Amino acid sequence: MSIMDHNGGSVIAMVGKDCVAIASDLRLGNQALGISSNFQRIFPVTDRIYLGLPGLATDVATLHERLRFRLNMYTIKEEREIEPETFAHLVSSTLYEHRFGPYFIEPVMAGMSKTPSGGLKPFIAATDLIGCLNFAKDFVVAGTASSKLYGVAEGLWEPDLEPEDLFETISQTLMNAVDRDAFSGWGGIVHVITKDKVITRTLKARMD
Amino acid sequence: MNSFVERYSTTSATGQLRRAQRLADEEDEFSDAAWGSSAGFGNIVKGSPSFMVPNTPDPTSFLRLHTDDHADPSCRIKIQHGTTTLAFRFQGGVIVAVDSRATAGSYIASGTVKKVIEINPYLLGTMAGGAADCQYWETYLGMHCRLHELRNRERISVSAASKYLSNLVYSYKGMGLSMGTMVCGWDKTGPAVFYVDSDGTRLKGDIFSVGSGSTFAYGVLDQGYRWDLTDEEAQELGRRSIYAAGHRDAYSGNTCNLYHVKEDGWKFIGNYDLAQLHNQGYGYEHRVEGRSSANPPEVVATA
Repeated sequence: MSIMDHNGGSVIAMVGKDCVAIASDLRLGNQALGISSNFQRIFPVTDRIYLGLPGLATDVATLHERLRFRLNMYTIKEEREIEPETFAHLVSSTLYEHRFGPYFIEPVMAGMSKTPSGGLKPFIAATDLIGCLNFAKDFVVAGTASSKLYGVAEGLWEPDLEPEDLFETISQTLMNAVDRDAFSGWGGIVHVITKDKVITRTLKARMD
Repeated sequence: MNSFVERYSTTSATGQLRRAQRLADEEDEFSDAAWGSSAGFGNIVKGSPSFMVPNTPDPTSFLRLHTDDHADPSCRIKIQHGTTTLAFRFQGGVIVAVDSRATAGSYIASGTVKKVIEINPYLLGTMAGGAADCQYWETYLGMHCRLHELRNRERISVSAASKYLSNLVYSYKGMGLSMGTMVCGWDKTGPAVFYVDSDGTRLKGDIFSVGSGSTFAYGVLDQGYRWDLTDEEAQELGRRSIYAAGHRDAYSGNTCNLYHVKEDGWKFIGNYDLAQLHNQGYGYEHRVEGRSSANPPEVVATA
């Protein structure tokens, strides 16, 4: 069995109309044995960027700390908040530095990026475990339920969803996908990032 | 040496199979086509069902190579493994409870599997391991139980039925059969539970649980078990044990099927969605009544 499946867990991010959403399950397992139903693997990076880290739990903690350090160094040097695109490349290069002994994580990012005219536009991205970037226009998925997430998202997602509709879409996608995956589930959490606020909700899901 | 003996012995499983096949080939009177597939029960006229066996000098080791996951987990004919099943004897009969999840790797292939096989109105078999193996051989067992009734004018005992099954699977040992089953029922001796698996093990006992979630089920079962449980208490214990296994074990879950065997045969009690059980009082949140480490109960000051 793959080490990527050892702890289980999945993350998905979706684009809406002037908003983005990122969601994850809350399971931490040891192979088939469920350990925790409150394992947070989505972290706020700035007020407008959220990062999901599905994969090996020990690397979730390590990579999160490492990225926090690099982000702080960037912020101090640049004296400004990082943009989502830049952060995606920071994640990518951090992972590629470990090309021959990788972190077993496939990060998913969601955020609102500044446009030249001063507005904000939705941004999502994902990478593989050695940092190959994937800037998608619709949705990105990762984790043990990724194949199932692709299937449900492909069927439910549509362009220009308002924040509340996007919340419903991403929640249904996550819950229905993880209910078909043995290693994901045990509750869920959703963050919807809009121009002026972030809405965070926990989902009541199947607990088996 | 073993393979050499196997090759020329006439009493080994493969030897008998080979002989059965040779007989079947020679016997033009009843061709397999006349009875449907060669594994169909119609071929009982030949005495025992005959199966296609790999055309190699040593079919047992060939099959072990391709079907036994202990020998090689990566190269095998995929079979359903994750499961929780339990059965226990008590004052009021036998309780049989199972989950309903079928997995293929991490994919949950089905959440509505019937893992209790109704052999006849007095006998139940549970399903763990290879779904097809359990289904086929326990149905086959049902046929022989009926023949026993016709021949001897009395119902077969649970002991005899389980022994028939265990002898049968033992004759296929090493050929990749995978089953862990509990044969449960009521006979002259009262309620009875026998554990039978494809290794050839056959055990008589009061409490059994089989499958990847069995450890979790045993935890709850052992804790709550008493011989003089009432019918309602016993059914609740079976349901609660399957819930516990479904909760913790990734390969078990979805729903619980509950059966109760009494003197007049088995009765299907119900199908319970584990998510509903979780929300209706089995769940952790209900048992701690909102208190947890994040929200601890007030400490009462002691003198």
